[in-house]
Amino acid sequence: MNATSQTTATPTGSPYRLPAELNILLVLAGICLTFEILGWIMQGQSFLGNWQRLSIMILQVSVVGIIAIGVTQVIISGGIDLSSGSIVGATAMISMSLAQAAGYERAIYPELTGLPVVVPLLVGLLFGLICGIINGALIAYTKIPPFIATLGMMVTARGFAKWYTKGQPISFPTDSFAAIGKGMMPVFIFLAVALIFHVALKYTRYGKFTYAIGANPQAARVSGINVERQLVKIYAIAGLLSALAGIVVAARGLTAQAGMGTMYELDAIAMAVIGGVSLTGGRGSILGTMIGMVIFGVIISGFTFLRLDAYYQEMIKGVIIVAAVVADVYRQKKRKKA
Amino acid sequence: MLDRTSAWQGEYILEADDITKAFPGVVALAGVQLRIRPGTVHALMGENGAGKSTLMKIIAGIQKPDAGEIRLRGQPVELDSPLDALEQGIAMIHQELALMNPMTVAENVWIRREPRNRLGLIDHARMNQMTRDLFARLNIQLDPAATVSELTVAEKQMVEIAKAVSYNSDVLIMDEPTSALTEREVEHLFAIIRDLKARGIGIVYITHKMNELFEIADEFTVFRDGKYVGTHASSDVTRDDIIRMMVGREITEMFPKIDCEIGETVLELRNLTLPGVFHDVSFTLRRGEILGLAGLVGSKRSNVAEAIFGVKPAASGEILIDGKPVRIASPAAAMGHGIAFLTEDRKETGCFLILDCLENIQSALITRSHVKAGMVQERQVRRLAEEMAAKLRIKTPSLHETVENLSGGNQQKLLIARWLLTKPRILILDEPTRGIDVGAKAEIHRLITGLAAEGVAVLMISSELPEILGMSDRIVVMHEGHVSGELARAEADQMRIMDLAAR
Repeated sequence: MNATSQTTATPTGSPYRLPAELNILLVLAGICLTFEILGWIMQGQSFLGNWQRLSIMILQVSVVGIIAIGVTQVIISGGIDLSSGSIVGATAMISMSLAQAAGYERAIYPELTGLPVVVPLLVGLLFGLICGIINGALIAYTKIPPFIATLGMMVTARGFAKWYTKGQPISFPTDSFAAIGKGMMPVFIFLAVALIFHVALKYTRYGKFTYAIGANPQAARVSGINVERQLVKIYAIAGLLSALAGIVVAARGLTAQAGMGTMYELDAIAMAVIGGVSLTGGRGSILGTMIGMVIFGVIISGFTFLRLDAYYQEMIKGVIIVAAVVADVYRQKKRKKA
Repeated sequence: MLDRTSAWQGEYILEADDITKAFPGVVALAGVQLRIRPGTVHALMGENGAGKSTLMKIIAGIQKPDAGEIRLRGQPVELDSPLDALEQGIAMIHQELALMNPMTVAENVWIRREPRNRLGLIDHARMNQMTRDLFARLNIQLDPAATVSELTVAEKQMVEIAKAVSYNSDVLIMDEPTSALTEREVEHLFAIIRDLKARGIGIVYITHKMNELFEIADEFTVFRDGKYVGTHASSDVTRDDIIRMMVGREITEMFPKIDCEIGETVLELRNLTLPGVFHDVSFTLRRGEILGLAGLVGSKRSNVAEAIFGVKPAASGEILIDGKPVRIASPAAAMGHGIAFLTEDRKETGCFLILDCLENIQSALITRSHVKAGMVQERQVRRLAEEMAAKLRIKTPSLHETVENLSGGNQQKLLIARWLLTKPRILILDEPTRGIDVGAKAEIHRLITGLAAEGVAVLMISSELPEILGMSDRIVVMHEGHVSGELARAEADQMRIMDLAAR
């Protein structure tokens, strides 16, 4: 091989490649088709041809979808966040306690009722942000594994939620607070969040650094990236989005309970993983997670539609999560051989 | 098991003949031989990449040869795994020790062979007693119940040796056993080695240290570029003879060194020290100059480079840029001073293998520029990346290709492209042409001299002496964390460099 025989790069070669999300989209189509066929056989009606069912389905997964957007970024950076569900519970309690309608005599803070909606909203978001910063700082600066740091936050935040009212639920929000969760509002909030972070991951320095750290943290550091600061940002955003989900849940339910959001962290991780986000870091996208979220929703709603027991749903959910990770491992093995 | 040795009467306990081993792109061993007499220490010598470690891995059953024969006690053997080699009587003590840190000394020695009591459970008392007996024979003072993680490197090595002896091995391979030992520990090790010799064990000893060779070795064999050079008794030769055997490498590649004007000093190190790693490292680097940094494995050249770039800063000493002392605590700070650093291991610390070419090229650039309100200026960055990829003749179907699908040479060029986009004034290159083909190598050499001609100050670490000699205006040689000498281009040759690198 001599130097002159090498052709110059043609970096403009094929500017368009098939997006990786296409595979997952095909899986979604397959699942929908299966339910459609089973629907006609078992129920004598269409699964997809029911607008109401589809909108309920999207509404059901949107709240966890908000969390999944944050979790996606955490997993792309090579980490994991187990604290999301507990942050949902704690934020629901805090924001609801500041959102109670004026004149309600059994309010948590009787002198703080009827506040403008920005107060519970900002305080709730700030709480989530702080939780996220604590997660990120622990992981970045003490080098403890993300699993442990966020596990600690998971237990602590849940404890905080229970301690906050000694287990009592909080109810009677102002109308403007309740509006956050009314109708299709959660879906719109989810879509806005998804759009923002789709752009952030694809086109901003924040996004490029997130992928770089997940792909090779050492190389990221040598490239001059401040890996620690970036990790804090990523976990802070995940905490913020969990808090947002907590506010939406509380507003929609018109009540807050300490147990809210239990297991949401696992559902969010499952959505991301089903959507092709690789647990080894560096790979995945918001678009993929959105498809993963819809797959998740279709399965739950499909089982209800077929009038199958809720217990089957749980079991199938578990199988699908494992199958998605197996598929990811298999894909990576194939890449290495190629 | 001891009968093995006594029943056999031959000249060599271990013979490896015509061993050949090729890896994709390189022939690591081309028909080498090694013959070990029982009761002797046989040193294996050679430069970095001479093939010593590859042969040891073959003899220890870690890798299989493509061709050749290994005879143990005169009988041809097939070694399928390290365990297989161990059971047949060949034990290896690795450079990176292979002990299980959280377990006790005794558990480590007798793993898989633990004595059991009547219930089939492990008999710890007896295992500890067995260990004490073994240690007494070897004159090792260690508590069998101590946890391995609490031991010093020297003590861990003693455990490894004791473990090897407990298998009644006939052949013991030691790869750079003294690299982390103090002088007193080395003495203890040598006492043990002499004792093993007296028991008739053949010891293969890899070392870079000449004085050890004369102190402990009876015979030595030299390899060069995967070829066998010769075997001699160590009493028959001088240090210079050995160095000549090691370095007689021909300079066949072309090194297109352009003589260019060397300007003012841009980088100066003053007594840079990181305790236990490198000490009092001082040298200067000037504009338009290529400074070669030579040394053998363990000379800590890369650690000095990492200190300059803020990856792992030094504890004391000064770094001066343009004559002014600076503090470099992170790679970002180093980049702020116009420094770029091509790391030694492109897979571990260089490439983002699963990301595409564009992401890899732009990663350093966008930490400093081409970002507006958080948004990467995609079009401009892409144009710069395409220009640089074309200039460096990076061969890829498109900038969207995943980097793991590129050849080693193209990955390396991609990383150079990453750094050139930051327009560095000081470029540190750690093994810039390791493991890439000859064509790409020549291109990278041409590129480096071209950069120097443009006024970039280049610090080049390389283990290939012809590369160092062909490319450098000046050469600094390091030995075990110290600068052992500096040579001008005119006065440097392979003998001189080796003389400074191997003490």
